[in-house]
Amino acid sequence: MSKIPGDLRYTKSHEWLRTLPDGSIEIGISDHAQAALGDLVFVEVPEAGRTLSAGDACAVVESVKAASDVYSPVGGEVIAGNDQLATKPELINADPYGQGWILRMRPTGDRGGAELLDATAYAAEVAAAG
Amino acid sequence: MPYIPHTSEDVRAMLDRIGVKAIDDLFDEIPKALRVDSLPGVPAALSEMEVARLVAMRAATDGRPLNFIGAGAYEHHIPAPVWALTTRGEIYSAYTPYQAEASQGTLQIMYEFQSMIAGLTAMDVSNASLYDGASALAEACLMAVRAHRRSKSARILVPTTVNPTWRRVASVITEGQGLVLEELPYSTDQGTTIPQALARYDGQDITALVIQQPNFFGQLEDVDALSRWARANGTLIIAVVNPVSLALLAPPGEWGDAGADIACGEAQPLGVPLSSGGPYVGFMTTRTEHVRQMPGRIAGRTVDLDGKPGFTLTLQAREQHIRRGKATSNICTNQGLLMTAATIHLALLGPVGLERVASACVARTRELVSALCGIPGVRAAFAGPRFHEAVLLLDRPAAPLLESLAAEGIIGGYDLSRNFPELGPALLICATETRTTEDIATYARALDRLLGRAVAA
Repeated sequence: MSKIPGDLRYTKSHEWLRTLPDGSIEIGISDHAQAALGDLVFVEVPEAGRTLSAGDACAVVESVKAASDVYSPVGGEVIAGNDQLATKPELINADPYGQGWILRMRPTGDRGGAELLDATAYAAEVAAAG
Repeated sequence: MPYIPHTSEDVRAMLDRIGVKAIDDLFDEIPKALRVDSLPGVPAALSEMEVARLVAMRAATDGRPLNFIGAGAYEHHIPAPVWALTTRGEIYSAYTPYQAEASQGTLQIMYEFQSMIAGLTAMDVSNASLYDGASALAEACLMAVRAHRRSKSARILVPTTVNPTWRRVASVITEGQGLVLEELPYSTDQGTTIPQALARYDGQDITALVIQQPNFFGQLEDVDALSRWARANGTLIIAVVNPVSLALLAPPGEWGDAGADIACGEAQPLGVPLSSGGPYVGFMTTRTEHVRQMPGRIAGRTVDLDGKPGFTLTLQAREQHIRRGKATSNICTNQGLLMTAATIHLALLGPVGLERVASACVARTRELVSALCGIPGVRAAFAGPRFHEAVLLLDRPAAPLLESLAAEGIIGGYDLSRNFPELGPALLICATETRTTEDIATYARALDRLLGRAVAA
């Protein structure tokens, strides 16, 4: 079973969101997503300052078998990409909810109609997907 | 790869299985209006005997002209083993089988090709070839836009001294994706790009600068000055190079202080004969930091389960079958057969052989320029160092002269008036190691006679 921390919100496309104390948002991919991708070999993170709309492809995670886009669940301005991933993409495999964060952004309130799930709903989603 | 034909029973069984009446029905999605039912002027099928005779007759009309034209495609001696090996059944195929379990030989040839091209250009990594030099330049421009993430302009500076056909191809391929190719002027005295012309772009967001060395005129650009400007301006450097010249000239990986970002070009001079319009074979190399933005296939060396060395495609996540519309290119293949010829050609020549070819090219071209410039009405357009091509200025239009020369079996050069009218009547000439002193004298005598004057010497 994959880990699904209760204090985060999730998307159906397997991103997680964490609201930090200063109101900014941290985004990564779920434990389920990293397990499905397998060993990551490359992560392309967005540049600080880039403006994202909800639903924009904002990062690429590449494993030995596939390359997938990471979509920004909300709109905002990128504060930082996780530069550590450039040399250590495996941080996402080892610690998807911690050191494996992908980007931090200042949200603009654009939710883009994206449905954010709580841990229970996301767990049901993952279970339903088999 | 064996060719396994289908019997009509096989075809019937397959059509029945998918519930289709005839093979033609599989093309239903192509609108009727776009289909061609007949080809006017093309006769009905001929027998093998008739085709062989027709093609042999057509080929004979080419004659065996004495060739002094380059302009992007070059006549070199090709050692007999190159095509004797390349046409062996194991590798002579229109299709490149990439499956590691079925194609260790092919993959190893790709790996060797990449190693040699990366070595020649002094860059970190090479792909397994592209369609041709012109599309390689287009791909390099697209790649630069992807690789330079801080640059938002998609503006690329392309000197006028870059092959005009390649410039056109690059522009057609890239314009649909929003790239802006801007021309950089050259000095009509020197035949090279003016480094000072870059000053007006200082501080502007320019994604990449293209530098062709030697340039279309055969002249040597000040690649270090151009590269330093690009580096200082945060602009990526796309090198366009002739692989033969790299035996003598500084490789792109050593241009300026930090080298080029992408190097590309045409590998036809390595073992591929001249042919009307190709097929030719492009190459591309880059620095490791940009490898995920490089289009095309890459063969890698690895070990199998038993620890034995082997070869396989690598970095495929960049490619069409995985990334679909977001792939680095919609050309995720290579020019397998010609890449094979180039690999064998380079392996046979070796570094010393290639250097001898390059040096002979320089010497022959010097001899040719001096012979033709001894004729009144002919002078060299540009001073300064050159490789194996030169521009001659004439006292009358080149086209009629070239026609008369062709009638005598001499291909006298490339008429520059269409693409470079500012030069006046001008001819781009080339001599490789295949031109002898006697060949050059034959050309000089014919040109002198046509210009209506006695030999000065």
